[in-house]
Amino acid sequence: MEQKPTLREISSQIRRDIVRMVNMAGSGHPGGSLSSTDLLTVLFFDQLNHSPKSWRRDGKGKDMFFLSAGHLSPVFYSVLARSGYFPVSELATFRKLGSRLQGHPSIERGLPGVHVASGSLGQGLSVACGAAITKMLNGEKNFIYVLMGDGESEEGQVWEAAMFAAHHKLDRIIAVTDWNGQQIDGPVSKIMNLGNLEAKWNAFGWETSVVDGHNLEAIAEAYRSAKANSGNGKPKMLLMKTEMGQDVDFMQGTHQWHGKAPNKEQTEVALKQLKETLGDF
Amino acid sequence: MNEKYINTGNKDTRSGFGAGLLEAGRKNPEIVALCADLTGSLKMDAFAAEFPERFIQCGIAEANMIGTAAGLAVSGKIPFAGSFAEFVTGRVYDQVRQVVAYSHTNVKICASHAGITLGEDGATHQTMEDTGLMRMLPNLTVINPCDYNQTMAATLAIAEYECPVYLRFGRPSVPNFTPAGQKFEIGKALTLIEGSDVTIFATGHLVWEAIVAAEILEKEGISAELINIHTIKPLDKKAVLESAAKTGAVVTAEEHLIAGGMGELIAGLLARELPKPVEFVAVDDLFGQSGEPSELMKVYGLDAENIVKAAKKAIGRK
Repeated sequence: MEQKPTLREISSQIRRDIVRMVNMAGSGHPGGSLSSTDLLTVLFFDQLNHSPKSWRRDGKGKDMFFLSAGHLSPVFYSVLARSGYFPVSELATFRKLGSRLQGHPSIERGLPGVHVASGSLGQGLSVACGAAITKMLNGEKNFIYVLMGDGESEEGQVWEAAMFAAHHKLDRIIAVTDWNGQQIDGPVSKIMNLGNLEAKWNAFGWETSVVDGHNLEAIAEAYRSAKANSGNGKPKMLLMKTEMGQDVDFMQGTHQWHGKAPNKEQTEVALKQLKETLGDF
Repeated sequence: MNEKYINTGNKDTRSGFGAGLLEAGRKNPEIVALCADLTGSLKMDAFAAEFPERFIQCGIAEANMIGTAAGLAVSGKIPFAGSFAEFVTGRVYDQVRQVVAYSHTNVKICASHAGITLGEDGATHQTMEDTGLMRMLPNLTVINPCDYNQTMAATLAIAEYECPVYLRFGRPSVPNFTPAGQKFEIGKALTLIEGSDVTIFATGHLVWEAIVAAEILEKEGISAELINIHTIKPLDKKAVLESAAKTGAVVTAEEHLIAGGMGELIAGLLARELPKPVEFVAVDDLFGQSGEPSELMKVYGLDAENIVKAAKKAIGRK
């Protein structure tokens, strides 16, 4: 019997996919994709109640995941493909004409795993609120996950949604912020300081926790704990402390690789640092 | 003139929406309603009272309301999200574009107080750009009914139509003249009066003004055809082309700017397929101002008198 790959092996392959996809497309967003790889790997391969082969857009009877920060499409597509939503070979079409793998996620060509288009920032949490209300009205006990960027929290709509979710006691929403501290123009603290992000979410009536976003066990524990506390009337925000460009030395900890593709030589250097574990697409 | 239209009493179109929403909600338990702190103004209070668990108060936060509506639609509900026309179009254009139109979510965007007849609140709240903004978005259906009965019928029709829709209606009491319970066919223009000299294509509150105009023209020996374009998008091209071919002169009438309005849509179609003289009864590149709705309609030229003038001008250009 084939041995199940470990979460660490999966996340290493996903990071390879990200670098290769962005290199092949000649554009895309590797930095935030690499910082959110671990938290998405744990979610999709360990925590999420989903069935990739029989995925439905309406999410009936299953957990639902919304990617609010649509530019994290490389990691999102790799995670979807590697968990069986669509063939891994399709990752080679990323950002190419006619592809289901649009630069930012779209539902137009029917890509399994995508409920709604995203890319214009700050909107995913609102959509998640709507899905959570449907589940509540239908008496379904599933969870609604949404991944946001920290820079994205500069959008006013995020805080409209934060207020709304707490007011309506949507305690099965588990939101995750990829708190890598970088945005396109530079460090978040310099571009638009978010101040005490945890205190802000707390003040809006959310249950929060700050998590090491590259420690797979800590991430899993954060999800488990958020789920265990459903029923307390509070939506959950997991603030995952991460490094932009994680595990590729020259991309790590800088905003420079937010939205830039590595060239051939840079890609070779990066791939030497990321172990091929499941076979490249 | 082949038919007389009788005003059975003035009523506001927003009340037609409220009545339609309540009835649609009784028919289908999947229907939910969202409002951003204007429940009374939108006449959604009857629905909210009867179905409190299906009424979702969003507070003064329209962007989140549109996103929430999209999430409800994705997961199988039929959300009707309402506010003033300005606040569910211009204020949230990107949200409507991304998570409603582009994402094909079955959201009904319900826009009250559209146009200049919002009245005394003034130009900050009077949108005359909304039809243009909404009709530019692929996948979105745009509907602008003319009276109470038709707004109620349209509300019931869009509830059963699995598509994102922009439904535009208004605040003032206006003549209610379409038959109660008349079936509303999305995308099918209604010929109200048959004529041979000029065609008036009217939408929304201007349909009644066009009826009055047709009566005036008839007395002067001019035979006007009147077509109610309640669905602006998709436009009933066949009805437009057939009537324009018959009469050879066209007037469009709407409570909107010329830019982006129904008139430009019809003129564009005619320019491509059947060039005919077209005159616009609409507002030309201006914001509104405070005043009583009927005064404003007159001052901005959105009345029967101006439709009559435009008809004569169009005929003169044949």
